[in-house]
Amino acid sequence: MLAYIIRRLAYALPILLGVNLLTFALFFMVNTPDQMARVQLGDKHVSEEAIEQWKAQRGYDKPLFINTAENSEGLLTDTIFFEKSARLFVFDFGKSDEGRVIGADISERMWPSLAVALPTFIIGISVNIVFALFVVMFRASAFDTAAMVLCVVLLSISGVFYILGGQYFFAKLWHLVPISGYLAGTDAIRFLILPVIIGVVAGIGGGTRLYRTLFLEEANKDYVRTARAKGVSETAVLFRHILPNGLIPILTSVVVVIPSLFMGSLLIESFFGIPGLGSYTLDAIQAQDFAIVRSMVFLGSVLYILGLILTDISYTLVDPRVRLS
Amino acid sequence: MNELMSVMNELLSIKPVVLWSDVLIYILVASLGLFFYQLSKNPLARQRWRTVFHSRAGVASFIVILFYLLIALLDSLHYRAPLEKTEGSDEVHYSQEVHSVLDVVLTELRNKDEKTYSAPFAIYSFAKENMQTDDGVVYRDFPRLANAGQHLADEADHGKDVFVRSMKALLVAAFISAVIIGLHIAWRQRQQRQQCSRGLTTQQTLPWGTIYLTQSLLVLACCWVLELSKVYHILGTDKVGQDVLYWSIKAIRTGVLIGTLATLLTLPLAIVLGISAGYFKGWVDDVVQYIYTTLSSIPGILLIAASVLLIDVYIETHPEQFNLVAVRADFKFLALCFILGMTSWTGLCRLLRAETLKVSQLDYVQAAHAFGVGHNRIIYRHILPNITHIILIALVLDFSVFVLAEAVLSYIGVGVDPSMASWGNMINEARSELSRDPLVWWSVAAAFVLMFVLVLAANLFSDRVRDAFDPRSA
Repeated sequence: MLAYIIRRLAYALPILLGVNLLTFALFFMVNTPDQMARVQLGDKHVSEEAIEQWKAQRGYDKPLFINTAENSEGLLTDTIFFEKSARLFVFDFGKSDEGRVIGADISERMWPSLAVALPTFIIGISVNIVFALFVVMFRASAFDTAAMVLCVVLLSISGVFYILGGQYFFAKLWHLVPISGYLAGTDAIRFLILPVIIGVVAGIGGGTRLYRTLFLEEANKDYVRTARAKGVSETAVLFRHILPNGLIPILTSVVVVIPSLFMGSLLIESFFGIPGLGSYTLDAIQAQDFAIVRSMVFLGSVLYILGLILTDISYTLVDPRVRLS
Repeated sequence: MNELMSVMNELLSIKPVVLWSDVLIYILVASLGLFFYQLSKNPLARQRWRTVFHSRAGVASFIVILFYLLIALLDSLHYRAPLEKTEGSDEVHYSQEVHSVLDVVLTELRNKDEKTYSAPFAIYSFAKENMQTDDGVVYRDFPRLANAGQHLADEADHGKDVFVRSMKALLVAAFISAVIIGLHIAWRQRQQRQQCSRGLTTQQTLPWGTIYLTQSLLVLACCWVLELSKVYHILGTDKVGQDVLYWSIKAIRTGVLIGTLATLLTLPLAIVLGISAGYFKGWVDDVVQYIYTTLSSIPGILLIAASVLLIDVYIETHPEQFNLVAVRADFKFLALCFILGMTSWTGLCRLLRAETLKVSQLDYVQAAHAFGVGHNRIIYRHILPNITHIILIALVLDFSVFVLAEAVLSYIGVGVDPSMASWGNMINEARSELSRDPLVWWSVAAAFVLMFVLVLAANLFSDRVRDAFDPRSA
């Protein structure tokens, strides 16, 4: 097991290197630091000195890959690639273009993100599974058809409208919860209720539909027919045979997003003013702070790859037939 | 006769503007047509299409999508109108504004600006203003709108007038639909008689009732909008007094184009890489797998945001390449489509690779190898036809995803250019409106309804296509 995990982590390295090179190419070669400085400084007629100063302050004035001016030691290390990109591998995110330490910001802001994303994730999956099971119980009936039509309708509504509608009805019209904001500690619950509910409701359409298909696939298998033929009651078939076996593909398919929960949700966090990583990223995008965007891209990739590895491991845990190889 | 001449003159004096996205959408629609034509020659595929169109939901959603596509295509023929000639100069200058053929149809909507917000069907403005009575006394009240309900002699008739005009639209729509349906039924009966006389049994027919109903509803909606928008702002006006209905109709092009272009621009990449990975295996497979794992491991929305930021920088540092606002917006729009496609082709590529691996193990492919058939020919004749259904399903499934994504991206600020009409931009602007009291709800509602109808139709249609083409879903 340990050897497998180590090998998978080793496989992840070239992919992360690719991600790193790709973002580096995007941020430094397609658009040179000169152009970034020009946009950041705003004016069309910026003096050369101002640009040079902006670059020097942020360490963008070095050569891209090879620093010929330095001796053997600084030849590769005193470059933009090493300083800005390669350091991400040890999670040294450096400073944002405004001079804040990104690593500290991230470790501070991931907790509010998690406080929204984790309840949304757990409640969302449970609700979807319950609904899907309910629909499967009444499969091939008018209720099934109606539920599926409802799912497609829910699926066709943009997430933005769920948020706007929820904020309007629950917060503005009925004054049940605050419209946006965040407080640390137990006070946070008041602010978290609405984002979590909206996150769950927005996912019901797609989730229920997908899980229904997975349960139905299970329901058509031979062992279910055998169980029915033996005279097992319909509820027992549903809960003792279909549910546990249907849960396997469901649980293994959601494992991949668990590490990414830290990243938070861009939309929900910005609408509800939650100071998490999602709104952090969004603010950076809107302020064109390239250092933060670059760090978040890398962090997101790391978490996703971690999710893939966890998925493979979870397969072996729930299904003994699968061997790691 | 004179009028005709002047119209002709006006037509000749315009300067066509060809935007890249216009060219692409027409090419793509043409190639889609060709693709479906090719597909229809295959008897199995024809059978499957028949099941799609024989379901009520399938055919109704298809008509709605066609209607949206038609509006988008009309809105993709751009031109610049000539300006009034200045005295003493014979040179013709063209307007900086780029209009489309759709704008000609909607001229009345476009030119009826108010000062600020007004509610749907309102005849008074939404905000109070200082006004003067005839004898010079200043007072504050809601002013009458400049372009809504001017024909009303008595304001009390407002509700009645809306009702009468709606009824009129209903009658006109009923008449048009009756003519179309009547002609079609007559034609069908003649066909049937001919078939009967030839001794052919009548085939299973399309669900004509649903088709007639959908078509009548669309005709009714058009008539109603055209009739009432002459004298009212059906969906109100926005902050600077522009008609919301006009902008939400203009946004259809953005939505439809982003849905089609984003998928189709990167389709070749997914097909070529996916098939070569599955067919050639070995190092090709390794390289392709590496590429798509790397790309898909970057969170999509962040990659899009990063790329759009970089395009913004490019546009700002190269202003000389974009002389018109529309050209700049179009460049950004195409780039966005491309980026959206780049972040989503990996899923399709993975599916195609797996399916090609499976298909290339089949006996007839092995037999073709044994006969010495070349790689290109095997791929074209034996592999490609057997994986077309995957491409097709991905195509229709992605459409609605992209339409929804556009709204979110524009909200985040990495979507289409703010000067371009899009539902995302409308929602973005509406954020501040929703905190006003009383509420300004109509822009959001307009964007919601138009987007919802398109996405729902696309989802229903793609469900039918998937059911018909996916061998696994029984």
